[in-house]
Amino acid sequence: MNMETTTQAIHPEAAASATVPANCVIEARNLDLTFQTNDGPVHALKDVSLEIKKGDFVSFIGPSGCGKTTFLRCIAALETPTGGSLSVNGMTPDEARRNRAYGYVFQAAGLYPWRTIAKNIKLPLEIMGYSKAEQEKRVNQVLELVELSGFGGKFPWQLSGGMQQRASIARALAFDADILLMDEPFGALDEIVRDHLNEQLLKLWARTNKTIGFVTHSIPEAVYLSTKIVVMSPRPGRIHDVIDSTLPKERPLDIRDSPEFIEIAHRVREGLRAGHGDD
Amino acid sequence: MKSLVAVLTVLAAIIAFWYAACVPMNIKGVLDAAERAGVEVTPATAKERRDRGEIGLVVNNTFAIADTWVQERPRLPAPHQVAVELWETTVEKKITSKRSLIYHGQVTLSATLLGFAIGTGLGILLAVGIVHSRVMDMSVMPWAIVSQTIPIIALAPMIIVVLYSIGVQGIIPKAVISAYLSFFPVVVGMVKGLRAPDAMQLDLLKTYNANTNQGFWKLRLPSSMPYLFASLKIGIAASLVGAIVGELPTGAVAGLGARLLAGSYYGQTVQIWSALFAAAILAAALVALLGLIEKVVLNRMGVRA
Repeated sequence: MNMETTTQAIHPEAAASATVPANCVIEARNLDLTFQTNDGPVHALKDVSLEIKKGDFVSFIGPSGCGKTTFLRCIAALETPTGGSLSVNGMTPDEARRNRAYGYVFQAAGLYPWRTIAKNIKLPLEIMGYSKAEQEKRVNQVLELVELSGFGGKFPWQLSGGMQQRASIARALAFDADILLMDEPFGALDEIVRDHLNEQLLKLWARTNKTIGFVTHSIPEAVYLSTKIVVMSPRPGRIHDVIDSTLPKERPLDIRDSPEFIEIAHRVREGLRAGHGDD
Repeated sequence: MKSLVAVLTVLAAIIAFWYAACVPMNIKGVLDAAERAGVEVTPATAKERRDRGEIGLVVNNTFAIADTWVQERPRLPAPHQVAVELWETTVEKKITSKRSLIYHGQVTLSATLLGFAIGTGLGILLAVGIVHSRVMDMSVMPWAIVSQTIPIIALAPMIIVVLYSIGVQGIIPKAVISAYLSFFPVVVGMVKGLRAPDAMQLDLLKTYNANTNQGFWKLRLPSSMPYLFASLKIGIAASLVGAIVGELPTGAVAGLGARLLAGSYYGQTVQIWSALFAAAILAAALVALLGLIEKVVLNRMGVRA
């Protein structure tokens, strides 16, 4: 099996800055994760090394079973690696979880149907013991951030799928975590809603300056959003290629027709094809 | 409107079937009475009629059909006889009278409600334990299931005797039997309900570093509400059955169970049937009340109308 882990940047400056670990938020070194199943061990992750810097928008892309979600769950301490080292904010992932270092957005919005949108966003705040006044303030802030002001009193079923997912993003933003982990958050939405949410997410990222880890199946989505695209391949799950995006931070939707965008998308597609072909 | 017609049609069919069933059920008694009154019946003597089929007797003595619906002690009372008895023993009797169904119903109801409260409380506590502790899951759940395989009619007298021997009597033994029947559906429903949240929702709480307590109050308990109400509806009906069964071995002093037993002692079928209907009406009212509470609670929890 081909185990190459290439980190070649399109931009030389980006490659240079990657060697400075000072502002490194997430650092994985030779990470392994093997699940023991009845059919024998499954190598979900093998020898994964990656650095994510503060303020990065990192997309993980690859076919099913390539370990992209598993890697995100390792960062969130929802899975425990069986080998290698992983640090989040300079701590172990579990310490980081205890310190509420990240907000996590799942593929399904997972709002509590018995709570209004505002009360759903308050859920983490209640658990973390914020004062009532602070809760109110933050709910209004994040509702405004995801353009859902005025919907706080609605129940989840009264909102469309896209609005529900925005509410779940608001919930992950409500407390002060500087890392946002998103596991195919727009996977279940249609193309048009997805485009709109991608645009909003970029604005939100620019305003909040969070570090975002984003799992996706979609090449255009990954290229449009990311400063760094991690292409993964399956069996065993490993990193095939890491692409530093040369696109400017300001990205209107029509940037997707630019030659630069198409070039990066092409490289991602090549990487996916190569990763898939060798098993 | 269409469904109202359908419902009334079914009701009418049941009542018609009931009236029809009264004829062969009561024909022998009616003919015996007619014979004593000097009316000519075929065959002429009770001895000859004994081994004849009921349908044949009806065909040969069509004049007696109307009388099968108005007997004083029929084998099967007609619907209107039960209705009249129900009316007389509820509306026309004073509540304090020993013949008032309201009085007996209230005796049974108080035992039912006490037993239901104990059973529900116990059921919820057990379910919480079972969901949070693997040891309890493995040690308590099998016994809860086994407990329901013993016929309550066999167990009830023992419960009453054992409790009497330690000086407990009155409403408590009946409530215990009631609770014994009603805790089980609550345990099963609540275990299912408290385990209803999927892995993603549990993971979400983990990302907030929520403790078990917070997980219980904020996620598991609200998730279990629809399951709880389904269980409560079964539980309250079981409670009523338990309370009635609990009244049978105590010598039939008071309660709907006592009315049933007294009725069967004295061959008062109308009294038995009216007590049965009183119990059924009470059960229906209790289930309907729970349904109403469920609607209000789930409404407040934002469930789609």
